[in-house]
Amino acid sequence: MSALPALILRDAALAWRSGGLWLPLAFLLLVAALFPFAVGPDAAVLSRTGGGMLWIAALLASLLPVDRLVAPDQDSGVLDQLVLRGIGDEVIAVAKLIAHWLSFGPPLMVAVLPAAALLKLSANMMIRLEIGLLLGTPALAALGLMVSALTAGLRSSGALAGLLALPLAVPLLIFGAGSLADQSGSALKLLAACSLLLVGITPFAAGAAMRAGRE
Amino acid sequence: MSAAFLRLEDVACMRGGRMLVTGVTLSLAAGESAVLRGPNGVGKSSLIRAVAGLLPVFAGRVSHQGAMALCDEALALEMRAPLGRALGFWARVDGAKAGAVDAALEALDLTKLADVPVRMLSTGQRKRAVLARVVASGAPIWLLDEPGNGLDSASVALLGTVMKRHLADGGLILAASHQALPAAEAMDFDVMAWRPLEMEA
Repeated sequence: MSALPALILRDAALAWRSGGLWLPLAFLLLVAALFPFAVGPDAAVLSRTGGGMLWIAALLASLLPVDRLVAPDQDSGVLDQLVLRGIGDEVIAVAKLIAHWLSFGPPLMVAVLPAAALLKLSANMMIRLEIGLLLGTPALAALGLMVSALTAGLRSSGALAGLLALPLAVPLLIFGAGSLADQSGSALKLLAACSLLLVGITPFAAGAAMRAGRE
Repeated sequence: MSAAFLRLEDVACMRGGRMLVTGVTLSLAAGESAVLRGPNGVGKSSLIRAVAGLLPVFAGRVSHQGAMALCDEALALEMRAPLGRALGFWARVDGAKAGAVDAALEALDLTKLADVPVRMLSTGQRKRAVLARVVASGAPIWLLDEPGNGLDSASVALLGTVMKRHLADGGLILAASHQALPAAEAMDFDVMAWRPLEMEA
């Protein structure tokens, strides 16, 4: 399938140009910079709560472009043209999933480095956070794409997508933030399992939503 | 390309719980073209979308040999990109030959606009851009939904030229239009004749 790389490149480039690359980065750093103002500059409190707070920021950052993932392509007929060429909705969803992850996953993981310093996280905790994000951000991307496909074409779809995605993200948050304090590594395994499940079902769920949206 | 055909056998289309057309039977071989005619809302676009596989066919069968290219109301081009690059994306997806985009731009008299962002184009220029996407695709089956909308007389003549050249190259065209198209040899089908009887009242 030669269309898949072309699609991934196109979607990633679109996200890039609409500020996709620096937006999650700036968002995470902003939250990390504001957090000490809210809870006070006590290093012990910051390092204990900072990791979990960065997970929440990562979750919210993944939802930033949710109203731009599917709806514009549906409105402009791009999805029609792809389907006409025999490209399945599931393949389109896979391309969008990869492109969405590329546009916020790696930037978030870079942003965590200075953010961890701002929150006085230990090196050990920062490494756990990075591993957790590596395992968890594909799931966040999948979740974002799924609700984006489901809400495409509805009014105020961005807010609705957030409301739909946040409850579904609870397991990711529990295991992701839980892995920071967990020494056995089982939280990371459960996080990976959640991630695998979401990444596995999203192409079919988002593909079905896009197909239903065509009628 | 010579083996291309498009066949509709007793096709029925339903939209929003309403039967639009029934018993549509038509067959197009390479080099043939047909125009669906009828007033607004009669089901021309739905029929074209059903043929394209974008709407489920309620009954009957659509079979075709060869890739399809669709020109409809939707632009499907990246608004902020220059026209040449926006068309280049589809040429890459289609695996079109090198130079296909340039030839299509030339054919629709858009060469001078290749570096202009798509969002700056006028209505008629956008329609020609959509037609250029169809031309560049190299697909033997063209589905044209109101291809003449928004075109001035010079552009309609260009449309006639590319349609004639496509048919001469062994392509086939199914068009839908409420206005006259520059397609002299096309078979005419009146969509009103396919309306289900209970809809007459």
